[in-house]
Amino acid sequence: MGDSISLVLFSGTDDKLNAAGAAAMGRKVHVFLQYWALDAFRSDRILKDHGVAPEAGPEGAAAFQRHGGQHWSEILRQAKDIGDVEIQACSLSMDMFGLGVADLDPLVDGQEGVAAFFLHAGGPVTFI
Amino acid sequence: MTMLNIARSIDARGMPCPGPLMSLIGAIREGQVGDVIEVLSSDAGSRTDIPAWLEKAGHELLEVVEEDGFTRFDVRKAR
Repeated sequence: MGDSISLVLFSGTDDKLNAAGAAAMGRKVHVFLQYWALDAFRSDRILKDHGVAPEAGPEGAAAFQRHGGQHWSEILRQAKDIGDVEIQACSLSMDMFGLGVADLDPLVDGQEGVAAFFLHAGGPVTFI
Repeated sequence: MTMLNIARSIDARGMPCPGPLMSLIGAIREGQVGDVIEVLSSDAGSRTDIPAWLEKAGHELLEVVEEDGFTRFDVRKAR
Protein backbone atom coordinates (compact mmCIF):
# COMPACT_ATOMS: atom_id res chain seq x y z
CA MET A 1 0.00 0.00 0.00
CA GLY A 2 3.04 2.23 0.55
CA ASP A 3 3.29 3.68 -2.91
CA SER A 4 -0.41 3.92 -3.62
CA ILE A 5 -2.28 7.18 -3.35
CA SER A 6 -5.89 8.29 -3.68
CA LEU A 7 -6.79 11.70 -5.02
CA VAL A 8 -10.11 13.46 -4.85
CA LEU A 9 -10.11 16.08 -7.59
CA PHE A 10 -12.65 18.71 -6.67
CA SER A 11 -11.36 21.87 -8.35
CA GLY A 12 -11.51 22.22 -12.10
CA THR A 13 -8.87 24.84 -12.76
CA ASP A 14 -5.93 23.98 -14.98
CA ASP A 15 -3.28 24.65 -12.30
CA LYS A 16 -4.83 22.21 -9.82
CA LEU A 17 -5.45 19.57 -12.46
CA ASN A 18 -1.83 19.94 -13.55
CA ALA A 19 -0.68 19.23 -9.99
CA ALA A 20 -2.83 16.10 -9.91
CA GLY A 21 -1.30 14.75 -13.11
CA ALA A 22 2.17 15.07 -11.64
CA ALA A 23 1.16 13.23 -8.45
CA ALA A 24 -0.02 10.31 -10.56
CA MET A 25 3.33 9.64 -12.22
CA GLY A 26 4.45 6.03 -11.93
CA ARG A 27 2.45 4.81 -8.96
CA LYS A 28 -0.85 3.20 -8.27
CA VAL A 29 -3.44 5.93 -8.05
CA HIS A 30 -7.17 6.07 -7.53
CA VAL A 31 -8.64 9.32 -8.77
CA PHE A 32 -12.17 10.44 -7.94
CA LEU A 33 -13.65 13.33 -9.94
CA GLN A 34 -16.16 15.57 -8.24
CA TYR A 35 -17.90 18.82 -9.12
CA TRP A 36 -15.73 21.23 -11.12
CA ALA A 37 -12.98 18.71 -11.77
CA LEU A 38 -15.56 16.37 -13.29
CA ASP A 39 -16.86 19.18 -15.48
CA ALA A 40 -13.31 19.73 -16.80
CA PHE A 41 -13.18 16.05 -17.96
CA ARG A 42 -16.19 16.43 -20.30
CA SER A 43 -14.93 15.39 -23.72
CA ASP A 44 -16.24 18.59 -25.30
CA ARG A 45 -14.39 20.80 -22.78
CA ILE A 46 -11.26 19.00 -21.68
CA LEU A 47 -8.93 21.05 -23.88
CA LYS A 48 -10.63 24.37 -23.22
CA ASP A 49 -9.18 27.00 -20.89
CA HIS A 50 -10.31 26.18 -17.34
CA GLY A 51 -8.52 29.14 -15.78
CA VAL A 52 -6.43 29.04 -12.62
CA ALA A 53 -7.28 29.23 -8.91
CA PRO A 54 -8.52 32.66 -7.73
CA GLU A 55 -5.41 33.22 -5.57
CA ALA A 56 -3.33 33.37 -8.75
CA GLY A 57 -4.57 36.88 -9.52
CA PRO A 58 -3.90 38.40 -12.94
CA GLU A 59 -0.12 38.15 -12.50
CA GLY A 60 -0.17 34.50 -11.47
CA ALA A 61 -2.58 33.64 -14.28
CA ALA A 62 -0.26 35.30 -16.81
CA ALA A 63 2.75 33.41 -15.40
CA PHE A 64 0.86 30.13 -15.67
CA GLN A 65 -0.09 30.89 -19.29
CA ARG A 66 3.49 31.83 -20.21
CA HIS A 67 4.96 28.77 -18.60
CA GLY A 68 3.00 26.53 -20.93
CA GLY A 69 4.11 22.90 -20.75
CA GLN A 70 2.07 19.80 -21.35
CA HIS A 71 -1.66 19.85 -20.86
CA TRP A 72 -2.76 18.02 -17.70
CA SER A 73 -4.88 15.61 -19.72
CA GLU A 74 -1.73 14.55 -21.61
CA ILE A 75 0.18 14.05 -18.35
CA LEU A 76 -2.66 11.88 -17.04
CA ARG A 77 -2.76 9.89 -20.28
CA GLN A 78 0.96 9.18 -19.93
CA ALA A 79 0.51 8.29 -16.27
CA LYS A 80 -2.18 5.78 -17.28
CA ASP A 81 0.10 4.28 -19.91
CA ILE A 82 2.98 3.70 -17.54
CA GLY A 83 1.21 2.96 -14.29
CA ASP A 84 -1.92 1.79 -12.63
CA VAL A 85 -4.15 4.87 -12.65
CA GLU A 86 -7.87 4.47 -12.24
CA ILE A 87 -10.12 7.47 -12.75
CA GLN A 88 -13.70 7.29 -11.50
CA ALA A 89 -16.41 9.93 -11.76
CA CYS A 90 -18.54 10.78 -8.73
CA SER A 91 -22.06 9.56 -9.45
CA LEU A 92 -23.62 12.46 -7.52
CA SER A 93 -21.77 15.05 -9.60
CA MET A 94 -22.71 13.12 -12.76
CA ASP A 95 -26.37 13.39 -11.76
CA MET A 96 -25.96 17.05 -10.92
CA PHE A 97 -24.57 17.85 -14.38
CA GLY A 98 -26.86 15.36 -16.15
CA LEU A 99 -23.87 13.49 -17.59
CA GLY A 100 -23.29 9.90 -18.65
CA VAL A 101 -19.90 8.19 -18.92
CA ALA A 102 -20.13 8.63 -22.73
CA ASP A 103 -19.99 12.43 -22.23
CA LEU A 104 -16.59 12.17 -20.55
CA ASP A 105 -13.09 11.87 -21.95
CA PRO A 106 -11.91 8.23 -22.30
CA LEU A 107 -9.41 8.93 -19.50
CA VAL A 108 -12.34 8.32 -17.17
CA ASP A 109 -12.79 4.59 -16.45
CA GLY A 110 -16.31 4.73 -15.04
CA GLN A 111 -18.45 6.15 -12.29
CA GLU A 112 -18.87 5.15 -8.68
CA GLY A 113 -20.40 6.40 -5.47
CA VAL A 114 -18.37 8.33 -2.95
CA ALA A 115 -18.55 5.50 -0.41
CA ALA A 116 -17.11 2.98 -2.88
CA PHE A 117 -14.26 5.34 -3.61
CA PHE A 118 -13.32 5.78 0.05
CA LEU A 119 -13.69 2.05 0.74
CA HIS A 120 -11.39 1.15 -2.17
CA ALA A 121 -8.95 3.98 -1.50
CA GLY A 122 -5.46 2.71 -0.87
CA GLY A 123 -3.25 4.81 1.38
CA PRO A 124 -3.93 8.40 2.26
CA VAL A 125 -6.54 10.45 0.43
CA THR A 126 -5.45 13.81 -0.93
CA PHE A 127 -8.06 16.41 -1.73
CA ILE A 128 -7.21 18.86 -4.50
CA MET B 1 -35.96 -17.25 -7.75
CA THR B 2 -36.41 -18.26 -4.14
CA MET B 3 -38.71 -16.07 -2.10
CA LEU B 4 -36.84 -14.09 0.51
CA ASN B 5 -38.38 -13.25 3.82
CA ILE B 6 -37.83 -9.48 3.81
CA ALA B 7 -37.56 -8.10 7.35
CA ARG B 8 -37.43 -4.50 6.22
CA SER B 9 -37.76 -2.65 2.94
CA ILE B 10 -36.18 0.75 2.35
CA ASP B 11 -37.50 2.80 -0.53
CA ALA B 12 -34.58 5.15 -1.22
CA ARG B 13 -35.62 5.94 -4.79
CA GLY B 14 -34.97 9.58 -5.62
CA MET B 15 -32.43 9.90 -2.80
CA PRO B 16 -29.04 11.11 -4.04
CA CYS B 17 -25.70 9.40 -3.33
CA PRO B 18 -24.73 8.37 -0.64
CA GLY B 19 -28.24 8.47 0.91
CA PRO B 20 -29.37 4.94 0.00
CA LEU B 21 -26.20 3.41 1.48
CA MET B 22 -26.56 5.50 4.64
CA SER B 23 -30.16 4.33 5.03
CA LEU B 24 -29.03 0.73 4.61
CA ILE B 25 -26.29 1.14 7.23
CA GLY B 26 -28.87 2.49 9.68
CA ALA B 27 -31.23 -0.43 9.01
CA ILE B 28 -28.43 -2.97 9.46
CA ARG B 29 -27.51 -1.37 12.81
CA GLU B 30 -31.08 -1.63 14.03
CA GLY B 31 -31.75 -5.12 12.63
CA GLN B 32 -31.12 -8.63 13.98
CA VAL B 33 -28.48 -11.00 12.67
CA GLY B 34 -30.03 -12.98 9.81
CA ASP B 35 -32.49 -10.24 8.81
CA VAL B 36 -32.93 -9.68 5.10
CA ILE B 37 -33.17 -6.01 4.18
CA GLU B 38 -34.28 -4.79 0.78
CA VAL B 39 -33.13 -1.42 -0.60
CA LEU B 40 -34.62 0.24 -3.67
CA SER B 41 -32.32 2.88 -5.14
CA SER B 42 -32.34 4.96 -8.31
CA ASP B 43 -28.89 6.37 -7.54
CA ALA B 44 -26.18 4.99 -9.85
CA GLY B 45 -23.62 5.31 -7.06
CA SER B 46 -25.43 2.64 -5.03
CA ARG B 47 -24.37 0.01 -7.56
CA THR B 48 -20.77 0.46 -6.44
CA ASP B 49 -21.27 1.78 -2.89
CA ILE B 50 -23.60 -0.88 -1.51
CA PRO B 51 -21.52 -3.93 -2.61
CA ALA B 52 -18.27 -2.23 -1.50
CA TRP B 53 -19.62 -1.41 1.94
CA LEU B 54 -21.18 -4.85 2.46
CA GLU B 55 -17.89 -6.52 1.65
CA LYS B 56 -16.00 -4.29 4.06
CA ALA B 57 -18.59 -4.60 6.82
CA GLY B 58 -18.98 -8.36 6.41
CA HIS B 59 -22.65 -8.60 5.44
CA GLU B 60 -24.10 -10.63 2.63
CA LEU B 61 -25.32 -9.33 -0.74
CA LEU B 62 -27.98 -11.84 -1.75
CA GLU B 63 -29.16 -10.32 -4.98
CA VAL B 64 -28.97 -7.24 -7.16
CA VAL B 65 -31.85 -6.82 -9.57
CA GLU B 66 -32.14 -4.09 -12.19
CA GLU B 67 -35.77 -2.98 -12.20
CA ASP B 68 -37.36 -0.30 -14.37
CA GLY B 69 -35.49 2.90 -13.40
CA PHE B 70 -34.03 1.63 -10.14
CA THR B 71 -31.99 -1.17 -8.62
CA ARG B 72 -33.10 -3.55 -5.89
CA PHE B 73 -30.53 -4.88 -3.43
CA ASP B 74 -31.33 -7.75 -1.07
CA VAL B 75 -28.94 -7.89 1.83
CA ARG B 76 -28.54 -10.18 4.86
CA LYS B 77 -27.21 -8.89 8.16
CA ALA B 78 -24.51 -11.45 8.87
CA ARG B 79 -23.12 -10.45 12.24
